[in-house]
Order: sequence, then C-alpha cells, then structure tokens
Amino acid sequence: MKNSTLPKLYEDMRRVRTFEERVGELFVRGQSAGSMLHLSIGEESAAVGVCAAMQDGDTFTTHHRGHGIFLARGADPNRMMAEIAGKDCGYCHGKGGSMHIADMGLGHLGANAIVGGGIPAVVGAGLSARHQKSGAVSVAFFGDGATGQGILYESMNMAALWKLPVMFVCINNQYGMGTRIDQATANPNLHERAEAFGLAARTVDGLDVEDVAEAATELMDGARAGTPAFLAVDCYRFYGHARKDKSPYRAEAEEDEGRKKDPVLRAREKLIEAGLMTEADLDALDATVAKEMDGSIDFAVAGEEPQMASMFRDVYDPSQPEPEPVRVRLDRVLAQG
Amino acid sequence: MATEVLMPALSPTMEEGTLAKWLVKEGDTVNAGDIMAEIETDKATMEFEAVDEGIVGKILVAEGTENVRVNTPIAVLVEDGESVEDAEPTAPPQQLVAKDKAQSSEDQPAAGMAHPEPVKAIAKAEAPWPEGIKTRQMTVREALRDAMAEEMRRDEDVFLMGEEVGEYQGAYKISQGLLDEFGARRVMDTPITEHGFTGIAVGAAFGGLRPIVEFMTFNFAMQAIDQIINSAAKTLYMSGGQMGAPMVFRGPNGAAARVAAQHSQDYAAWYAHIPGLKVVMPYSASDAKGLLKTAIRDPNPVIFLENEILYGKTFEVPEIDDYTVPFGKARVWREGSDVTIVSFGIGMTYAMDAAEKLAGEGIEAEVIDLRTLRPIDYDTVLASVQKTNRCITVEEGWPVGAIGNHLSAIIMERAFDYLDAPVLNLTGKDVPMPYAANLEKHALVTTAEVIEAAKKVCYR
Repeated sequence: MKNSTLPKLYEDMRRVRTFEERVGELFVRGQSAGSMLHLSIGEESAAVGVCAAMQDGDTFTTHHRGHGIFLARGADPNRMMAEIAGKDCGYCHGKGGSMHIADMGLGHLGANAIVGGGIPAVVGAGLSARHQKSGAVSVAFFGDGATGQGILYESMNMAALWKLPVMFVCINNQYGMGTRIDQATANPNLHERAEAFGLAARTVDGLDVEDVAEAATELMDGARAGTPAFLAVDCYRFYGHARKDKSPYRAEAEEDEGRKKDPVLRAREKLIEAGLMTEADLDALDATVAKEMDGSIDFAVAGEEPQMASMFRDVYDPSQPEPEPVRVRLDRVLAQG
Repeated sequence: MATEVLMPALSPTMEEGTLAKWLVKEGDTVNAGDIMAEIETDKATMEFEAVDEGIVGKILVAEGTENVRVNTPIAVLVEDGESVEDAEPTAPPQQLVAKDKAQSSEDQPAAGMAHPEPVKAIAKAEAPWPEGIKTRQMTVREALRDAMAEEMRRDEDVFLMGEEVGEYQGAYKISQGLLDEFGARRVMDTPITEHGFTGIAVGAAFGGLRPIVEFMTFNFAMQAIDQIINSAAKTLYMSGGQMGAPMVFRGPNGAAARVAAQHSQDYAAWYAHIPGLKVVMPYSASDAKGLLKTAIRDPNPVIFLENEILYGKTFEVPEIDDYTVPFGKARVWREGSDVTIVSFGIGMTYAMDAAEKLAGEGIEAEVIDLRTLRPIDYDTVLASVQKTNRCITVEEGWPVGAIGNHLSAIIMERAFDYLDAPVLNLTGKDVPMPYAANLEKHALVTTAEVIEAAKKVCYR
C-alpha cells in the first residue's frame, strides 16, 4: 500500500475535473471561447489511467473531447486554458483552440475534431518510432462514436499487419453526440472488433482508475513489444455533448444512475478506506487544485490576443519565405514596373 | 514642340461627348497630372488631365460644345517660346487620360486606377536548363522513378507507400526497381485502404519521416481527402507552427481512356483551392523529374498530379546531377505575339498542338505551362498578356471553379486595360466522363476547340 499510485491518480483526475468545471468560467469572465467545448467530466479515469501507463517519448492523438487526456499527460493548464480562450500564449498561439490543441514537446500529435480523424496518425507515428528505433508507443484516444468510422478498422488492420507499437483507446462514454451506443451498434462489445483484427484487446470498467491503469499498462507493454492493442474504457458522459447541450434526449433517471459511476469519488473513497489519505488531506488537495485552475483562468484572461500579422503565419513551413496573399504579391510585382 | 490635345474617350464605347468646362485658359502653364477640363457624356462627367507639361497655346473647342468626336483636337500645348502654329498632329493615345476611367486601348492608362506597368518578368521561351547540357530522351514514367530513387538515396527518411508499389512494381510501373534497391521497409505495399494509409503517412510525417504516398489514381484519393486536407494541410497552422506534414501525395490524375466517370477526373482545381497544400502538375519528363525532387524536399504537403497518358511520352531530360525545378515558375514553351495560351499537365498537349496549327494560319501563340498551381506564376502570365493582349486557358477539369476562371479574374483585375478580347477558358465538358468512345472524345477539351478559341479572341 505504501507504494500505491492511487493518490497521484486521484490528484490527476481531480485536476482534470476541476479544469473542465472551470472552462465555462471563461464566458463569465467575458472571454470568447468558442461554442464547441466538449467536457470530459465522468471520463477522467480513462485519461488518467491510460496516461499513467505511458512513458516519456510516447506520442498520442485525441478526439475533440481531449482536454483531460492532455492534462493527464502533463499539459500546463495555463497554456491550455489560454488556447481555449484564443490567446497568443496558448499552446497553438490561439490558432487551434479547444479542438485542435497540440504540443510536440509532450508528444501530443494533435486533437483532431473529425470523428476518427486522429486515429491513423498514431499508426504512422508507430511506423516512425519503429523506423527510428525510438521504443516509443503511440496512442489514439477516441470515443465510441468513432467506432462507426471505417478509418478505425483500416488503422487497426495495418497496425496489426505491420506489428506496430500502437494502442487504440476507446473512451466509451455511451453517447455519440445524442445517440446512445445501443442505437448505433448492434454489438457493443467493442473489444471483440479489435480481436478480429488480431490486436490484444480488452474492455475495462472506468469506475476504478486503478483497474484502468492496470489494464492499460499490460496492453501498452505488449504494444511496445510489437503487439498493437485496443482498450475500451466504459464510462458515462455526465453532461451534454457540448457546452449548450442539455441532453434532452436522455432521461433524468438515466443521468442520475450514470453519474453514480464517478471515478473521482470512487478513488476518494478508496483512499480513505485504505487509510492512504484522510478526508482533510483530500479536501486540502482539492483546494490546491482549485486554486491552480482558478489561476489558469486568470492566466487566460490576462493573455494577449494573437497579432493580426500572425494570420498568414504557418500556412506553410517557415523555413521557406512567407507566402504573401495573392493581391499583396501582385501589387508588389506590378509596382516594380 | 507643340502638341495637340485630343478629345479623350472615357469608355471603350464612347464616340463623342460634351466639353463641359475648361479649367485652364490660354497662356496657363500646365504640368502632367493637372486637370485640364471636364468632359460629359450621357453616362457621366469626368475630369481629364495633362500628360505632359506645357503652356496652353490655344483652346480649339469652346466649353459647352456638344457632340465633340473622340480624338478631335481640342487644344494645343506649346513649349515656352513656341507658337501654336508649330503644333503637329500626333497619335491620339498618348495625349490625355481620363481621370477616372481607362480608355479602350492599352496605351491609355487610367490615372485613377494606377494603371499597372508591364511586369518585370518577361515571358520568354528558353530551355529550362543551361545551354550545352547533354540531354537524353526519357519517358515521364522513367523520370518519376529516377526522381524518387535519387531522393531515397539522398535521404534515409524518404519512403514510398501505397497499393502495389512494391512487389507489383507499381500499378503503372512508376516504382519499377525501387523495392529491389530500397527493400520493403522503404517501399511499403499497403492494403487497399486509402483513407487509412494516407492518415498513417500523415502521422509518419508528424513523426519525422518523409512519406511519398502513391495513389493508384487520384480518383481513389477521395477516400482519403479528409486526411489530406483536415490533417496534412491544416495541422501546421492549427498547431501554431509546431508540426507540419512534409510529404508528397502522387499518382495519375485526370482522364485516361475509356475508363468512364469514376476513373476520369481532374483534381487540379480541387487541391489548388486549399491553403497549406502545394499543387504540382507537370507536363514534360524533365519537369516531372525536377518538380518531384523539389516536392520530396519541400517541408509542406505537396499534391503531385501525374497523368496516365503522359507516362509513356518521351521528352528531353538534362543529364544534370540533382536536377530540380522550383515551384511557382511557369515555363514558356513557345513565344508568340498574337495570343497567350495558358495550360498545365496534359492540357499542354492540346495547347502545343493548337499553337503549331495556328502558326500555319499566321497566328503566333505564346504557350505557357504553369507547372505548379499552388503557387501559381502570375507574373509570367500577366507579362505575356500585356504583350499579346489576348489569353485563353486550357485544362481538362470541369468549367465551374476552374483554374482558368481564377486566372481570368486575376488578368481582369491586373491587366484589364491590356485586353483586346475576353479571356476564354477551355475546359472539359460539364458532365461526368461518359464511357462511349465518341462521347468521351467530345467530353474532353480538344485541339480544335483551342484553335477555335484562339481565332475568336484574335477576331479571325
């Protein structure tokens, strides 16, 4: 018990939850944060449990609901919040936003907001890792909605065919936007699909983050050795699809039941039961986290908006001359006369 | 020397007007740009200004005079000490310009619109490699293979992936011999799964490799277009410059022969629309080689549009170590003074064929091969149009939103005063490609249509 990782897992989950709870405050503080904010409250164990199994140098992509995953991989909440607020000090200088956060430094190959769109990139990253003998694993995080996309199966097939160090993580929050999984798929045992492609595959209950971490570690070790893997994490999306969605398509009773499956509360109870932390310890930790996330809002609010001059930057690689807008270029050429 | 000031034409259709008001009187000194008078037509009133400096020697037409014909002398400018009698009739266009409106010919700049001067780039047909270099005959197919082989030898991170690129040696035999030389690690056969392997290649590019993705044909790249545009083209921008996708998407594009609608489509305009992509469409073997090598080295995603019919065509290719061709530089294949024909890719075969036949009828066409569509070499096109005053464009794609449409807009905006005829866009017909041989032939752009259009803009 002394070497338990649970306190750290709890802290990471609490940070994700508090961050997500704070995002809405950007609006209260008069910030423009886009209308498409997808919160991962209720899914913290998937992000934190899988990321606990990852190592330095590993890479990953996420779907549109990816704040928590990036935080769990060590993202700076200040720069994340600033990106969501569209500020120059954000991870992508305000040009990506909530749905396109990326950071090469932490191996984040990008959040991709096309359902399934980020999946094949990790197979490519796995190919690079093998080519470069880096020993890195690349992990694709996506939702149950993406299991309807052909790209997932194309990617799993090639990952298995070429025995690449790749792991597919399906965060099954039961809903693809407003459609419950049993309305979208006849066989909801998602890991069986991966098994059919020759991957090592499991489904784990997301209620207990330690279960998730254990399953993820086992599968990821295999992936690192060349057996690509698939892990489905069962959880429940506590709130609507995006910020303004009050989820009228599902019954309150269902939501009440779903929200009982709370991985953060469960970890808290386990910590107390095991005597690893007291209620007071946990309250103090929560307060520290709350302060940190409040700080991220302050940081984002204080940040500068991007300069207009950055508009045309990074359309093409900066090692080449900046491409001028067509008309600017013509004016210049014609002025040479 | 005294010069006559002529009644200006305020529009191409103006024949006469009213000299409403003189703003100068006899004996006044005027400088270039000074407003001399107001001219009225039934549509508008405009000021016109002096081009040269001088003294108003004599006013020939009193203000208030109606129905003054264009090019009628209305005043005489003299130099200091000269008399009005020294005035000589001069060619009309250089005398005066309407303040707000271009006149009908390229010689009458519109002052209010800052008439563009001729651009520096001169459209000139010259061999794209130094004189005296040995060349050899080579097919486009061989040139493409050599380009890939040379780049794969140069850079260990360059690899080729796609359907049938390895064991089969390429569906169109472009990758012949590459598997033997570079092995299966760098010449990767994929399943038939365009969306998947394109996305994988994008990830490999994120991860530091330099993938060349071969599409068996670009028709199949539509399966992968989400990965090409949403992932490859946009990630550098979305990530704030952190990571891009240095890679090449290549394969045959456009109609082959008798393969019907789903296998006969030109994607040039589709991809040229996308910021973040570069788009290349070579015609000759030397350009296929030089541009593909440039594409592989480019740090951005490059769409490289080949053509099945051109694969077997033979051209001169210079025997130069490491021959590359820069993007954004058109090649003038043929100089001419009567009409500019702009094309690219297989469209060049019609353009060149038409130019040859037009020469037999006394029309000298200047033929420009754009070579790259993003970036486009506007300078060469505009320089040529300023010389020939006429332009037609030739491409295989559909007519709505064609590359030629874009060029027409740019020419209209930048060389309007130089045009003596509307720019005509020759394109494929606005139908899915029919299967029957006679219909297919008609659905494509033809040499006869190019000739007809050239004559039309030359008013012949």
